[in-house]
Amino acid sequence: MSLKTAIRETYDGFKSLITGMRITAREAAKPTITVQYPHETLPMPDRFRGHVKLILDPATGQAKCNACGLCVRACPSNSLEVDGAKREGEKRKSVSKYELDFTTCSLCGCCVEACPSDAIEYSKEYNVVSRDRDDFAKMDIYKRLQAESEEWKKTHPTPPAPPAEAAPAATPTPATPVAATSSPAAAPVVAPAATPAKPATSAPVPAPAAASPAAPEQKPT
Amino acid sequence: MIAEKGLITSGHASDGTHETFTLNLGPQHPAAHGVLRVLMTMDGEWIQRAEPIIGYIHRMHEKMGENRSWAKFLPNTSRIDYLSAMNYTHAYVGAVERALKIEVPERAEYARVITSELNRISSHMVWWGALLLDLGGFTPILYAFDDREKILDLLEGLCGARLTYCYYRFGGLYNDVDDAFLKGTRDFVAHMKPRLTMYRELVTDNIILRKRLTDIGPISADMCRRYGATGPVIRGAGVAYDVRTVEPYSVYPKLKFKIPTYPQADSMARYLVRMDEMEQSLSIIEQALDLIPAGPFMAPKVPRVIKPPAGDYCYAVEAARGRFMVRIVSDGKEIPYRVKLRAPSFSNLSLYEEASKGMILPDALAMMGSLDLVIPDIDR
Amino acid sequence: MIDFLNLEPVRILLYLVAICAFVGANAAYLVLAERKGAGRIQRRPGPNEAGPAGILQPLADGIKLLAKQVMVPPGTDALLFRAAPLMVMAPPLMCLATIPFGDSIVAVNLNIGLLFVFSFGSINVMALMLGGWASRNKYAIISAARVVSQSVAYEIPMLLVVITMLMVTGTLDLSEVVKQQAGWFWHWNLFKVWVNPLMPVTFVIFFTCMLAETNRAPFDMAEAESELVAGAFTEYGGMGFGVFFMAEYANIVVGCCLATILFLGGWQSPIGALSGGLWGPVWFLGKMYALIFTVIWIRWTFPRTQFYSLLNLSWKILIPVSLGTLLLTGAMMKLMPFVFPSLH
Repeated sequence: MSLKTAIRETYDGFKSLITGMRITAREAAKPTITVQYPHETLPMPDRFRGHVKLILDPATGQAKCNACGLCVRACPSNSLEVDGAKREGEKRKSVSKYELDFTTCSLCGCCVEACPSDAIEYSKEYNVVSRDRDDFAKMDIYKRLQAESEEWKKTHPTPPAPPAEAAPAATPTPATPVAATSSPAAAPVVAPAATPAKPATSAPVPAPAAASPAAPEQKPT
Repeated sequence: MIAEKGLITSGHASDGTHETFTLNLGPQHPAAHGVLRVLMTMDGEWIQRAEPIIGYIHRMHEKMGENRSWAKFLPNTSRIDYLSAMNYTHAYVGAVERALKIEVPERAEYARVITSELNRISSHMVWWGALLLDLGGFTPILYAFDDREKILDLLEGLCGARLTYCYYRFGGLYNDVDDAFLKGTRDFVAHMKPRLTMYRELVTDNIILRKRLTDIGPISADMCRRYGATGPVIRGAGVAYDVRTVEPYSVYPKLKFKIPTYPQADSMARYLVRMDEMEQSLSIIEQALDLIPAGPFMAPKVPRVIKPPAGDYCYAVEAARGRFMVRIVSDGKEIPYRVKLRAPSFSNLSLYEEASKGMILPDALAMMGSLDLVIPDIDR
Repeated sequence: MIDFLNLEPVRILLYLVAICAFVGANAAYLVLAERKGAGRIQRRPGPNEAGPAGILQPLADGIKLLAKQVMVPPGTDALLFRAAPLMVMAPPLMCLATIPFGDSIVAVNLNIGLLFVFSFGSINVMALMLGGWASRNKYAIISAARVVSQSVAYEIPMLLVVITMLMVTGTLDLSEVVKQQAGWFWHWNLFKVWVNPLMPVTFVIFFTCMLAETNRAPFDMAEAESELVAGAFTEYGGMGFGVFFMAEYANIVVGCCLATILFLGGWQSPIGALSGGLWGPVWFLGKMYALIFTVIWIRWTFPRTQFYSLLNLSWKILIPVSLGTLLLTGAMMKLMPFVFPSLH
């Protein structure tokens, strides 16, 4: 290696170092890009796949699920446990137990796809914390639905249909909120002027606080 | 030739008069990206023998395939190489589609290409940051993760997951690509091009990085062939082997892209191959965004219960680390008879023992970084 | 009162306390500054939970480290293992005693200050080596061997540069060196290109050697966490590690002080005016922290050098160039009075 190339190489090397320092200085002048997580959180996209949850039928205030068990069969890691019971005065079975083992769930979404009656969907909760292992190993999805159902009843002071009245499973157990951010105090929606004939179309689903953007809009009747 | 060109050797490594010692690198070591253990016989800082010991994160993915239905194995494919989950799912889905003779709609194929290439870029970004971390540069990984976050946000908006996507289905996709995703991807491509220039100026041109990678860790094309190394490792040895062109799949034949190769066969060549691949992937994404047609995203007749006819089917894809192949053997039942996964990282690692002989410790680690190993991919 | 303060033992005690406090506060808050600086460069805020804007972070770290047991691994040389952190912390304290922070703020104004600083500065290496050797750990041993060869390689160009500066200044007394650079900033040794046109290069060599001597990135061969886990400190926990960590910053402070004095005019004002009195320490600390900031900036920009290219850099580039500047300076000093008699 001649002296000339050696000097050339040293010069180029030094220049590349200066370039690098210029770039980091430029980046340092830009604003920070981090989200200070516990203090601020990001909204989840519509298609976010959290754990499954049962969908409330806005017409009856009960779960759409009829405990057919297809989701249990579709689950690759056997995380679901579903049981159903016949309510009084109903022909179909409806769900009475829906337990998810969140410790083995891989959030693949096979259950949601398998559901023939669109009775389960993904929750938007992502910071799920607890001090108790059982809150994950036996995550009671049905209990959460019951809490939603209670909310629904509050917004529907006059039960429109007799089946809702005869719901035996409506033990008012307040759901232990597992999600850190979810506060159950969803702004209570005042029921629109009662048109007892067709209450179903006008009933907005009281969305849990983590306001899923997919919540049906309130349609004026 | 490379060995003569400035590779430092100890000179007395083999005469047997020197005391050697054993260095147990890993399974918990900052350079072991996970749980790889390398048992090194050292003479001072020179490596006499480096034997990778694998299996610390073996999860029996192949066996799992044999005791669950075809569709239930789908989530597993995202978890073999968690950094290029899309590509891996593509291989499995492709194999089953080949067995069932399902014609996948064009729109789904283009969407698969776009998401696969996005996934390749994000995987290369992790590699880039982690390599620099191995070399002692801390800042680049954060810049890379900043950009990678944009890809993850896009894919999360599309399929709901950030890492283990499970987005492809037999015969199409889990859900349709929406306009927000297409627009976001276009914006990302425009954003990424100047960033790649920045990456080059900050790191690739840097004299310290060049000194650390040039002529270090030669892996010849012959060695690649003997060990079955693929991907950027073999392209860094000057062989233009890329599954996307040699065994074309999906809609890749309709897209124009170059296969970057570098004949130097050193760590720098592998580095440059990956940096060029990011550019090529961006160009592929741009073309695919222009070409993506409207239409269905699922094939019309996909049986509800998957029962491929008895037989032996293969499907290979170019994953971020090389050729990933799924071979499925069906006996016509609901459950696969055999699912064989050919993982690129395993082959890429197996040449490590031969290639690292006589190297100095930091160089050997730099070379390991240039192989871009994902340990769960090795152990499966 | 004044008489009491001027008593020699009292004065020494006061300076001792002041220096210990200075080193302690610097070491603690430079860690925070480093983390904040790294955060800025990487576009994140850095530590910001302990106290407002993370200002109490060093305190939290210190309490955490103090609360931990000081482990001596079985089979090690316990005496040397415990002595190493002390030996690594003592030299920078000693060095700072001779550093003039202002025109009258200096603990001991030695007429061999420069020599003193360098002889104590070299002990640092021995401490790291002892720590690595006494740890009975393979990574630590490799690190110790690296530290020694690196230090030997970089001591030479550094001292060659210092000899050059000695020829320019003609004194080993650090206060005297500063006094010669009075006036506008072109009187600083860094810009004295009429004495030696390669003076900025000399400064770059000095700065590079200082980075290498203090084991700072990109020359942090001793730590090299992706290769050697934590190098010589692998087996240290609790405050043993904490002292090593703080000593790194204390050494940087000493190195930057020296660079400020030798090249940047010490406590002299760059604009001629506003010097003397309390302005002295202000200018001095300003220059010193600017250099330290550069050190931090460099660390978060570059990858680590390879060990043999580090030695190559020293033996093949820095030593020849510093010898060249030495020769050039000597020749210029002898010849210039003949060429331009009016200048001298």
